[in-house]
Amino acid sequence: MKNYTFNGLIGGVLIALLLAVALLGLFWTPYDPMKLSFTARLAAPSAEHWLGTDEFGRDVLSRLIVGARASVWIGFLTVSLAAIAGTLIGLVSGYARGWVDAVIMAVNNALLAFPGILLALGLLAVFGANQYGIIFALGIAYTPSMARVVRGAVLSLREREFIEASKIMGNSELFTMMRHILPNCLAPITVLATSMFGWAILSESALSFLGLGVPPPAPTWGNMLAAGRPFIEQAVWLGLFPGLCIALTLLGINLLGDALRDKLDPRMRGLK
Amino acid sequence: MTQERLLSVRDLSLEVVHRGVEVVKKVSFDIEPGEIFGIVGESGSGKSLATRAIISLLPPAIKVTGGQVTFKGRDVLSMSEAGLRELRGAEIGLVFQEPMTSLNPSMTIGRQLEEGLTLHTNMPPATRRERILAMLQRVGIRDPEGALSAYPHEFSGGMRQRIMLASVMLLKPALLIADEPTTALDAVIQRDVMELMVELTKAEGTAVLLISHDLPMVARYTSRIVVMEKGSLVEQGTTEQILEKPQHPYTRKLLSSLPIRGDVRPIDTVSAPMISARNIVVDYPGRKSLFKKAVPKRALHGVSVDIQAGEVVALVGGSGSGKTTLGRTIAGLVNQSSGDILFQGRERSADWRDYRLNCQMVFQDPYSSLDPRMTILALVEEALRLVPNIDRAAKKKRAYETLEEVGLGTEYALRYPHELSGGQRQRVAIARAIARRPKFLIADEPVSALDVTVRAQVLTLFSDLQKRYGFSCLFISHDLGVVEQVADRVIVMQDGRIIEQGDRNTIFDKPKEAYTRRLLSAIPALDLNENGGVKLKWRLEA
Amino acid sequence: MLRFILNRLFMALPTVVIVSITVFALIRFIPGDPAALMLGDMAEPAQIAEMRSELGLDKSLPEQFLIWGGNVLTGDFGKSIVSGEPVLKLVVSHFAVSAQIVLVAVFLASLIAVPAGVIAAWRQNSLTDLALVGTATVLLSIPTFWLGLLLLLFFGLKLGWLPVLGYVSIGDNLVGGLLYLVLPVMTLVIHEMGVLIRMARASTLEVLRLDYITHARAKGLSESAVLWKHAFKNAFGPTWTMIGLILGNLLGGIAVIETVFTIPGLGRLMVDAIFQRDYPVIQGCLLFVALSYVLVNLIVDLLYPLFDPRVVAE
Repeated sequence: MKNYTFNGLIGGVLIALLLAVALLGLFWTPYDPMKLSFTARLAAPSAEHWLGTDEFGRDVLSRLIVGARASVWIGFLTVSLAAIAGTLIGLVSGYARGWVDAVIMAVNNALLAFPGILLALGLLAVFGANQYGIIFALGIAYTPSMARVVRGAVLSLREREFIEASKIMGNSELFTMMRHILPNCLAPITVLATSMFGWAILSESALSFLGLGVPPPAPTWGNMLAAGRPFIEQAVWLGLFPGLCIALTLLGINLLGDALRDKLDPRMRGLK
Repeated sequence: MTQERLLSVRDLSLEVVHRGVEVVKKVSFDIEPGEIFGIVGESGSGKSLATRAIISLLPPAIKVTGGQVTFKGRDVLSMSEAGLRELRGAEIGLVFQEPMTSLNPSMTIGRQLEEGLTLHTNMPPATRRERILAMLQRVGIRDPEGALSAYPHEFSGGMRQRIMLASVMLLKPALLIADEPTTALDAVIQRDVMELMVELTKAEGTAVLLISHDLPMVARYTSRIVVMEKGSLVEQGTTEQILEKPQHPYTRKLLSSLPIRGDVRPIDTVSAPMISARNIVVDYPGRKSLFKKAVPKRALHGVSVDIQAGEVVALVGGSGSGKTTLGRTIAGLVNQSSGDILFQGRERSADWRDYRLNCQMVFQDPYSSLDPRMTILALVEEALRLVPNIDRAAKKKRAYETLEEVGLGTEYALRYPHELSGGQRQRVAIARAIARRPKFLIADEPVSALDVTVRAQVLTLFSDLQKRYGFSCLFISHDLGVVEQVADRVIVMQDGRIIEQGDRNTIFDKPKEAYTRRLLSAIPALDLNENGGVKLKWRLEA
Repeated sequence: MLRFILNRLFMALPTVVIVSITVFALIRFIPGDPAALMLGDMAEPAQIAEMRSELGLDKSLPEQFLIWGGNVLTGDFGKSIVSGEPVLKLVVSHFAVSAQIVLVAVFLASLIAVPAGVIAAWRQNSLTDLALVGTATVLLSIPTFWLGLLLLLFFGLKLGWLPVLGYVSIGDNLVGGLLYLVLPVMTLVIHEMGVLIRMARASTLEVLRLDYITHARAKGLSESAVLWKHAFKNAFGPTWTMIGLILGNLLGGIAVIETVFTIPGLGRLMVDAIFQRDYPVIQGCLLFVALSYVLVNLIVDLLYPLFDPRVVAE
């Protein structure tokens, strides 16, 4: 138990750092992340350029800071979209039951049958490869998972005696839903949304790496890695730092997610 | 001493690792060969942990901090892991409470039973098979051959517990540790399993260490008892001594917590009943699948019940008897397929709002019946939300008063359910139910999840409130002892039908149906004596 | 048992239908006219109209769906707009490349990770456990494309042990082909180990709490017998399901690995098709991967009773 709170702390610090850097990127970067400099092409990390420069002489650190902003923003919007849409669908499905539920779930399960980022890839073909295309594609791709979790939570909560107690008190179904069911769904929603934030950042960088994400010259961690790939032998830092940023972010989210799960999982609560 | 002592526990102390909390404090007792020995205690008494220490199977978080355990002259606590493994199963067997989780779900019964024999004996496979079949036959499995290749989920709880017994007794251990072996079973089946256990162990000369919260049950089968409270052994003696001349206040408290018959009260049977359920039929939809038509399962076959104003009617029966379904139907949680429910002489659907205001319910599990995200005060206040003609301030005042009435002071108002004990939570559930002064209350096993002493307090509270407010009550319970204490009238159900009903004394003293007698044979009648002790009288079986 | 199998088969049916509709609809939503695109910038309106009727684009959507669905059933996925090759042939040949990498990687990862997870659970909160869980969490957090890049840099460029660019089919040159597969497989194994160790550990912990484990110990069984004969089989169910999910997810997400190691697999085929707006190929890839995912999960489901006989009864 002690360990998990410690891990959660590390995760929290990593994520807080990410958010701080993203926020910082709104106001200040060491250099202009877009400014080309042909004199300082592929410069190794130095006192001047802490993390070196890329093939166009742009400052890597500045680009990473701006990239953090893009990651956080895309992650945030994607998760919000999926969380809101998924929660609504899940609530309606679990609340209505019967054929409405059957139809919604059949479609939901079929969408879940598209593995990984495949559905997002298909949707990207529709929306176009840009920042908002990614947000919609990933948001839609993640919605079914959220819907399934929320529906599951609603169905299991409906069996609980306090929901029956609410019915006995004469409360309407809608009141019971909003007062008792939704608040008790927040724990699983939070846990899943945390993981989703990680998936979104990873998928965004993967898509950008494939060239299907945010198009250059706007920097994201994914397209920086893709752009740096041909130069990786001469300029290791171009392959190293963007990946490290992604990995540390994901590590933070995973640690935080584990801690949240342990804290919010009712089964764990019973054990204490 | 004529024979070697079987087990001797001396000053055993256990502690939770890292936290330094002592959960068992200097416990000592001895068990002679072939005797049946009981340990009685409520949850948190340390009784289970103390016995797990005997075979060194403590959870990783618990460690022994002192004392000695000697089995057949050997010091168990200093034994090597290999030595312990020779002891476990072969010399000391263990039977658990929960038959649903004590057998491996992915292994056939045959292989699970064979494992012990293969490990501890040199029998050839054919002999092992013979032994297993004979044992399964003995514990009452109808088709032993078929059972060998069956999985645990194909058997009922009672059958699984028999298989569990078979598995342990196959090796003819010198000591059987039975930890609440029948608590999870129906009253009637409980008795059968206990009798089987006594018979098997007697035949093999196996001593039994019986652990339970159920003092009368333990007293029925044991010769000597120890009583544990909060990790300490507070009293030990022969069963008779403990029951009839208890010395320790806690033992007295346990005994005085046993339910005892309440007074006969006058009931107005002339006026129209408060609740009248007529010919209720309930069908549960069967499970639909592609290749199976949904066959509805009939849970109630036309049941009629009248409950008078101020009357407490108990509904008793085993699991699957339909008692809970009837309660839930009257509460409006389950829809009947046919039949009428009248409230004060009017079809209840004529004014649902009024019915909802006047019919409340207390559930079995206080851990699941309170919304974990609301404070105690909010929970009780919510019950008043739809009550007309009182303003907000009055509602808050009423909520506080009601909490006070159930024995929860203002300091509890802003706590959350998980910060309360089981008994306190059930008090909150009762407060919530009575806050709007209902005319009728349905209580579904309201005390069965509670410890013995807490159960007694909650029952007393319930009776006091019932007297004060005079609500009618449908009291659903599998525990006839509790029913004897609170009910004016008793209805016995079996397989979705009412098989016998009448006023309490008639049902308890002159039961007509064989099933009712079997139910009654599981609980003792109590004679209190002046020492604060009791004499148990077991009712005869048909 | 037969009922269980048939039930599962029929439960997959609506999923297959809705998946097909989704794939069909998705392609229709893509902006732009496929006929115009196929003919290029210089086409006359009359030519485009002719092409449209040839492609069946002038019919109503349900009609188009039925025609397309019928063709798919007979194995006709259409032709690539870019290369003119039959889509099915393209998809199958690229799928074979991706599938061999994914299958080998998941097999190896399970082989290492599942026992590791079980042992971590058995020694819960010990140093071994902490080290295993910590490693797993770190591995899980490293994006595969970055890990692949680092491995490429180290083993390929710095040490020069393994080829860096290009691809040789195993069929053409067994040893040479294998060399090209080492790095991509290693990348996936390392990453999926992280997922599987945690999963196996969590499900084993659930099982180790149960009474029948104590019962097995109380019989006098040794710790290894308790762990492998009693705990493992019951704990493996959730991990087994997870392995199915991972297989599918890798098939869906293999494009990044194929890009890093320049392997001509299914993922790369689809990404290139998206760049080139080669609708029939996008459609074929989507449908093929989604359906193989449904199939993998179906097989996983059907084999599940081996670990937990209770599911058949439900």
